[in-house]
Amino acid sequence: MNVDLYERIWMWAVGVVLALFFTSTAVAAFGHQMHPPSHIETIDPAKALGDPRFKKQGVSVDASGRVHAQVLGLMFTWLPAEMTIPADTPVTFKLTSIDVIHGYQIVRTNGQTMVVPGYVSQFTTQFEAGEYLIACNEYCGVGHHLMAAKLHVVPQSQWQAPAREVADVR
Amino acid sequence: MSAEAIKPRGPVEPPSRALPRNEAANPLIRANIWVAVLAFGVAAAMAMMQAISRANLELPYRSASMYYMSVTAHGILMALVFTTFFIMALGYAVVQKENGEIPWPRLSWAMFWLALAGVVMALGTVFAFKSSVLYTFYPPLQAHPLFYIGLTLLVVGSWGWAASMIAGWRKARAAHPGKPVSLAMHATAANAMLWLLATVGVAAEMLLLLIPWSLGLVKTVDPMLARTLFWYFGHPLVYFWVLPAYAIWYTVLPREAGGKLFSEPLGRMVFTLFLVLSTPVGLHHQFQDPGIPAGWKLFHTFNTMIISFPSLVTAFTIVASLEIAGRLRGGTGLFGWIRTLPWGNPLVSSVLLACLLFMVGGFGGAVNAAYALNSVVHNTAWIAAHFHLTVGSAAALTFMGACYWLVPKVSGRELELKLLAKVQPYLWFLGMALFSFTGHIAGLLGLPRRVFATGYGDAAQADAWQTLTSVSALGGVVLFASAGLFVLVMLGTLLAGERRAQPPIIWADSLGEPGGGYRSGLWDRLGLWFAVAVVLVAIAYVIPLWDLLHLTRYGSPGFKPF
Repeated sequence: MNVDLYERIWMWAVGVVLALFFTSTAVAAFGHQMHPPSHIETIDPAKALGDPRFKKQGVSVDASGRVHAQVLGLMFTWLPAEMTIPADTPVTFKLTSIDVIHGYQIVRTNGQTMVVPGYVSQFTTQFEAGEYLIACNEYCGVGHHLMAAKLHVVPQSQWQAPAREVADVR
Repeated sequence: MSAEAIKPRGPVEPPSRALPRNEAANPLIRANIWVAVLAFGVAAAMAMMQAISRANLELPYRSASMYYMSVTAHGILMALVFTTFFIMALGYAVVQKENGEIPWPRLSWAMFWLALAGVVMALGTVFAFKSSVLYTFYPPLQAHPLFYIGLTLLVVGSWGWAASMIAGWRKARAAHPGKPVSLAMHATAANAMLWLLATVGVAAEMLLLLIPWSLGLVKTVDPMLARTLFWYFGHPLVYFWVLPAYAIWYTVLPREAGGKLFSEPLGRMVFTLFLVLSTPVGLHHQFQDPGIPAGWKLFHTFNTMIISFPSLVTAFTIVASLEIAGRLRGGTGLFGWIRTLPWGNPLVSSVLLACLLFMVGGFGGAVNAAYALNSVVHNTAWIAAHFHLTVGSAAALTFMGACYWLVPKVSGRELELKLLAKVQPYLWFLGMALFSFTGHIAGLLGLPRRVFATGYGDAAQADAWQTLTSVSALGGVVLFASAGLFVLVMLGTLLAGERRAQPPIIWADSLGEPGGGYRSGLWDRLGLWFAVAVVLVAIAYVIPLWDLLHLTRYGSPGFKPF
């Protein structure tokens, strides 16, 4: 098969660009441990409301001082609908849905995951201080556009850890 | 010169109005085009509903359930009906040109009616507000059973088409042993095989999960298994749309523009590579999903990057072919040849504008597929804006341009309302630019896709979206006008076009020898490459599916919140 010289050069250039893509993705994934939320854990959606993992929704701090947020998605709201977390602190979000698929999206951040009934989603990220809108980004029915919550991110000095007991985290 | 051409015409030509043998499939081709055009028109009206809703105008019929119904109808009609029926029409035209006939015409007609019945069935339930589940129909949102059954019939009908394409390709190869089939035939056969491989996923989802569940035969369905099967199908689906567009770019555009195809043998490689690489990439639609390990998502990410290779080769070949055309038409200098291209030919302008939009869409696609970056754009308006540049422009605008070229040939009628046909691609370009560029920005600013209202109780972050969504809606109005022109031209041509002999289909000449000095024809051995594709799919999917099936899974009952 005869391939024109310019076309050969082009194909090699494409190969170089693809090699750059591969490398940058591999560096992000293996070097910086940047992965999309890929937690593997299941839960009975009919019993999720009473499940120890989600019985208490909201922010908590575990024994080693890490901040957690337990969130339930249901048509058409997030529980809790309002949360306050400390700035510049890694927060681990754990979520599930009791009905259809929802999408948890903390607007203008990389904090997002699909929230699928029967499965537990989890991601960890941190935020600059500010007020954030949390939207549902997966169509979940006629009230989809109303499904929202608020996230207040306050400087660490102003943040008060929730008074209640340590979360029951697996 | 072929033997056919020098054979004298027989004296016993039947005096009836029966079509010549090598035009016998034209009514079937026209029937498919009719469905495509009508589906496109209704889908455009449904898009208009969305555009108006998003613009925050106070209109009496504006409601959330109307909006989500119209998103569903728009998606099904555009993505599954307009595209599939146009692609079937083009495929029959390619096979008829190749062999002078299509295999099994009666079966093809039966499959046409089956697919059409399925479409009517599924859309009936959508317009009755019983199936507002969007074109992705993720469970546990539950549509009417006839929605799933109807879409399954559409797929079964398209299988009949795919079998016909492959039989036509085999016949062409057998007729000229040691010689390559036309590039258009090669592309069509590769696409038919790709489609058979891809639709295994959605057929399994429908038959094993959704249909029994919607009929109440089983109580629950696992949403993650359904999503994974859907996206096994959902990504090669986009190549099923794009390959016929590429086939037009390679085999029709150069001649219409007045030039030659720059690199025919690489074209064969490109279509074969798409057959091999299209399917083991679906998990890049599921980056944000739980239940699937990051490692498999990364594997699909790398596969996704490789599949940009044939597209980038295509970019070179098409631009080089256009340069030949422009220079043959008197263009000089580094860029002078661009000016001399026939920008007033609706097929050429459609494809050129589609290519321009597709370049932007391709860059956006690299962002979507970029594993970590996906967390910023997933399920935002960015995504909807992105695929309106790919399927909505690269494919749909090319298909519209191809209709201006093909419909006269299969109807024996002049293209009517030529002025409108000339204007229409430019309007589409303008509308898509307004719609899509604002959509990309709004998505980066966090606007979720597919939402009826964007105010979010006057949230501060939502303020940034409002101007953008208004401009985007304006783009929607321009697109609707363009779509209206296309439908008018098609109706005018099909119903009232002046009957006059039309030039036959002639594929573009290539600079070199077809097949590139055909010897081994490695890229032509589609059966072999199909087997390679099956192996790659097995590598990419067997283990993640196996692991998913072995979790302690809890199914979901159906919900109908619409």
